[in-house]
Amino acid sequence: MVFGSARDIVEYAGVPRFAFTNFPLGNPCGRPFDTVMQREIVETGLRLLETAQAPTPTVVTPYVWSDDESWKRLIFTKEQPFLEGEAYEHWIKAKEKYRQMKTEGKV
Amino acid sequence: MRDDYVRYIERTREYYIAEGYKTPYKWAHFEDVPFTALKKPLAQCRVGLVTTSDIALKTESGEHESHDPAALAGNVYSIPFDTPPERLYSRNEHYDRYATTLDDVNAYCPVVRLRELAAQGRIGSVAARFHGVYTSYSQRVTMERDAPEVLRRCREDGVDVVLLTPV
Repeated sequence: MVFGSARDIVEYAGVPRFAFTNFPLGNPCGRPFDTVMQREIVETGLRLLETAQAPTPTVVTPYVWSDDESWKRLIFTKEQPFLEGEAYEHWIKAKEKYRQMKTEGKV
Repeated sequence: MRDDYVRYIERTREYYIAEGYKTPYKWAHFEDVPFTALKKPLAQCRVGLVTTSDIALKTESGEHESHDPAALAGNVYSIPFDTPPERLYSRNEHYDRYATTLDDVNAYCPVVRLRELAAQGRIGSVAARFHGVYTSYSQRVTMERDAPEVLRRCREDGVDVVLLTPV
């Protein structure tokens, strides 16, 4: 039972059960500190577990992150680089490590 | 439009091409999707939890506490399910930091929500531990090493179902 916020990535992978919440990356189980919403999202997954008899179409939870939808437009753009500073350095190191492992035939 | 959702595959392809990376990432894709119907009522099920959100531990004074090295195999680590939530945090850097935070672990790794459900009887129980998988850029490593290790630990835990939170 997958809870996610990157609908196209999860659907492209192919999973047996998927509850999609249309929120910014990082909060697939609900808004931070919104206990009621989190309980409802988990319950959505539990109901899917109980009722599905075959891989099911994505269940879309009804929540809206905010009236301001600019986060959808701005993620992964020059205006809002996804990683910066230390996070960017960590990513570069991870990529170098991957390249090294590939050279050594480990991936 | 409120129903419109971000097409991350296309968006990241364009983003990284603009950054100078010529080769688009090859996303995981499976034609055959395994499925097993639930075999017993959830109220009799032990529920497990697996996340990719890089959960870390902090001490009571707020300092980072290393995972038990014996509990790490490849990219897979495990944390007791009854760890107080205030000791859990995420070191994940791959989220929309402009729009939201990772300050509430239950927004991406709902340990407390599941414990509540077990206490209420909605689910039978939670596993003794939940599992995390650090990011690997190698799908082969994920398929051949980390996913089998996650499965092995879940079977060891005796879980009937698992919730997955890719972050």
